[in-house]
Amino acid sequence: MESFAHSVAKYHDQPILKNVSRRDVLKGIVTGGGLVVAAQFVPTAMAAYDPYPTGATGMPGGMVWDPHVYVSIAKDGTVTIVSHRSEMGTGSRTSLPMVVADEMEADWSKVKIVQAEGDEAKYGNQDTDGSRSVRHFIQPMRACGAAMRQMLERAAAATWACSDVDVRAENHKVVHIPSGNSLGFGELAEAAAKLPTPSAKQINLKDPSQFRYIGKGKVQIIDLHDITTGKANYAQDIVVPGMKFAVVARPPVVGGKAKSFDEAAAMKVPGVVKVVQIAPTPAPGKFAPLGGVAVIADSTYAALKGRAALKVTWEDGPNAAYDSEKFKEQMAASARNPGKIERNEGDIDAAIKGADKVIEHEYYIPHGHHATMEPPAAVAKVTGDKAEIWACVQSPGGTRGDVAKLLGVDEKNVKVNVTLLGGGFGRKSKCDFALEAATLSKATGMPVKVVWTREDDIQHGFYHSVSYQHVTAAIKGGKVVGWRQRSVSPSLMSNFMPDPKRESALELGLGLTDTPFGVPNLRLETGEAPAMARIGWFRAVNNIPHAFAMQSMIAELAHELGKDPKDFLLEIIGPARVADMRKTVSSELWHYGDPYETYPIDTGRLANVVRLAAEKAGWGRKMEKGSGLGIAAHRCFQSYVCSVVEVNVDSKGNVNVPRVDTAIDCGFHINPERVASQIEGAAVMGLSIAKLVEITFKNGRVQQSNFHDYQVLRIGQGAMDVRTHIVPHGPNVPSTGVGEPGVPPFAPAFYNAIFAATGKRIRNLPLRDQLTA
Amino acid sequence: MQVKINQQAKDFSGDPEMPLMWYLRDQLALTGTKFGCGTGLCGACTVHVDGKAVRSCVTPMGELSGKSVTTIEGLHPTGDHPVQKAWRAANVPQCGYCQPGQIMNAAGLLNEKKNPTDDDIVQAMQGNICRCGCYQRIFAAVKSAAKGA
Repeated sequence: MESFAHSVAKYHDQPILKNVSRRDVLKGIVTGGGLVVAAQFVPTAMAAYDPYPTGATGMPGGMVWDPHVYVSIAKDGTVTIVSHRSEMGTGSRTSLPMVVADEMEADWSKVKIVQAEGDEAKYGNQDTDGSRSVRHFIQPMRACGAAMRQMLERAAAATWACSDVDVRAENHKVVHIPSGNSLGFGELAEAAAKLPTPSAKQINLKDPSQFRYIGKGKVQIIDLHDITTGKANYAQDIVVPGMKFAVVARPPVVGGKAKSFDEAAAMKVPGVVKVVQIAPTPAPGKFAPLGGVAVIADSTYAALKGRAALKVTWEDGPNAAYDSEKFKEQMAASARNPGKIERNEGDIDAAIKGADKVIEHEYYIPHGHHATMEPPAAVAKVTGDKAEIWACVQSPGGTRGDVAKLLGVDEKNVKVNVTLLGGGFGRKSKCDFALEAATLSKATGMPVKVVWTREDDIQHGFYHSVSYQHVTAAIKGGKVVGWRQRSVSPSLMSNFMPDPKRESALELGLGLTDTPFGVPNLRLETGEAPAMARIGWFRAVNNIPHAFAMQSMIAELAHELGKDPKDFLLEIIGPARVADMRKTVSSELWHYGDPYETYPIDTGRLANVVRLAAEKAGWGRKMEKGSGLGIAAHRCFQSYVCSVVEVNVDSKGNVNVPRVDTAIDCGFHINPERVASQIEGAAVMGLSIAKLVEITFKNGRVQQSNFHDYQVLRIGQGAMDVRTHIVPHGPNVPSTGVGEPGVPPFAPAFYNAIFAATGKRIRNLPLRDQLTA
Repeated sequence: MQVKINQQAKDFSGDPEMPLMWYLRDQLALTGTKFGCGTGLCGACTVHVDGKAVRSCVTPMGELSGKSVTTIEGLHPTGDHPVQKAWRAANVPQCGYCQPGQIMNAAGLLNEKKNPTDDDIVQAMQGNICRCGCYQRIFAAVKSAAKGA
């Protein structure tokens, strides 16, 4: 969130139009005297590198496209490309290097990928979160590859003493066009490395018709063989010589601490070497460890046995009052009263007063948890004023800074090695487990691996925030003329500041204040709700509750008005236009840290995915008894997604989801096969959220502990036939997010389908036995 | 006691209550067997004991005397078991963490049933959780491996 907040600040410092003026300067150079210099790197007529501005420059470390940082070529021709983003399953570790390889005309079979350590000054931003990897780095990666290609061509031209127009890079070699002679990339590597790097103005990008890998979906993920043979290494798998294993008994209530503990029994367990107390950090603690008592041993098994034998008396603190059931009532009360106005258009009060009919509904989503298949883990080796970390972190740069701060050492002395992440979903954006490892290694003088068990993971997470939405619609003359939505949800900003009590602009911009409806009277409000647990990003974050309420309500209104839900959704979206709500939002419109002009909110694109998904799903087809189709659309992470979910509900109320059609417009996409895998996964996660997922608190304690009581979707429980339909675009349409946008439309589409099938409307998640009871 | 791990004889004299998973991971560095839940609920730690898929996190070492354990590392010398090949052909994995367990479980199913029905596949694979949501591809890969097996 520091980076989130940081980029907000930077966004305002950075004039959006700056790039346009640079573009004008560039035109001047190309048509004027600069052409001679540029020509050195312009062998063929290709597209000039004319990047559109993104939020990448406002992130810590910004954007780097230096080919010498990202690419190296060995004499044998092996091309090594750096992956600077963490791999948690989205495929970015393959996709971004694939972009570099394509632009430089490298043969993918001769490409090796190495994972960058955390070093944002060198690589640019590494915070793998917010569906940003391709969105922010496709341009620099293309520039990187193109620059390397142009250097190789220049080196070949120099060798042959010919003009640049006579050479062309082609599949790992440079060809001398008149003679047909060629030199391999390996042969040219040394000479190319000595050349100056082309400037941004001199970069020429390939024409899309020349792409070998981009957009083809034929490149498989680089770790595929290792994953299927058990060789892929995650943080839980890391072994460092002399390493000890630690598990931590953490306070069961956030903000609590160990009042006293008795380590005698734990120390008697064979293999246990030490018991170390970790001090709690006063709130707001950012990603600081919760504190507690660590048992350090020769093996994980001994550490676990030691922890079981540990006797700790906890002092709970004020959050011991947290009770999910009572909190739901508290949130409902807050949502039923006027709140703080976050966006206002027209006169909602007058619209409600003058309405033919007023419809009011409430929607609830409980806390959820990521439950990544790999529970958090990290190894730390602290020696003197230096530290080395091995961890499954989404933000190695942020981790490096946090570890340095914790240890009171210079960031340069901290090395963060990124392993593969066994799932991330936002959980591993928080590096608390790496900070625990660093604390324990410093305390013991030994390398220490902190292992989180599934119970640790489920009971000490950063939870997807609970949410209560109260929506009021005013109907007049058969049309929706007014929309008032009150959103109540504890804020994840509570990790960074004393409890803000309501959603921040950063959370409201996730599907509430950026809503592009064509309703003349619209007011969006927030109500108060204190954070009494650790709240954290969860794949798609607040877009989930906001979209659930809005897209459910739209279907409810369609029913009320006797209209087809798809047609009515299109009616609410309104005519194709750029919806700019920046002037009607009270504080500021959070636009994912990106310049609005690059990613304007385009209702035409939103309507297009609605039509596409509906057409592919056969919207309007005759359904069997007990079956129904539901539709929902949402724009987030600058992408447009619509899902049509088909359900079948049997006489006992059991729901099956035989088919899902999801249309996504994510701008220029580079790996359709991985886009599809993300959409398939989003449907499974969406169905988990809709049907099963719930974290509850009693006396401040999480009541779930493992997969028996924190249930997630299993194979055969639906969403086994997810069909992805991608809107095609060329590179002129900015690439946008893919990892998260598939999640928010799923739950409302699912419930709209259940309504179509049964006439029953579910407004409280999860489903559990609401249809069977 | 004697136990065979990937065809190699091992002499084990430690705590008989220790789950096989920790022996494999911490002592033999066979980390392809993943730690997911520790209670037999997620399947990430699945290995074969005498050819049958079991959850190594709830299998005590004391029960393994004279038995033969196969881990993902020992499933096939070059990683070309029909299930592994089918997995790659279907581009199943996303993060990959649960996949060794999924593959071992699917291979265990095919050891027992050469031609599983769709229901057999779902029944057998339901103990293996994938949070990335690769289920439709897992299903397709098991079906295709069964055809090729």
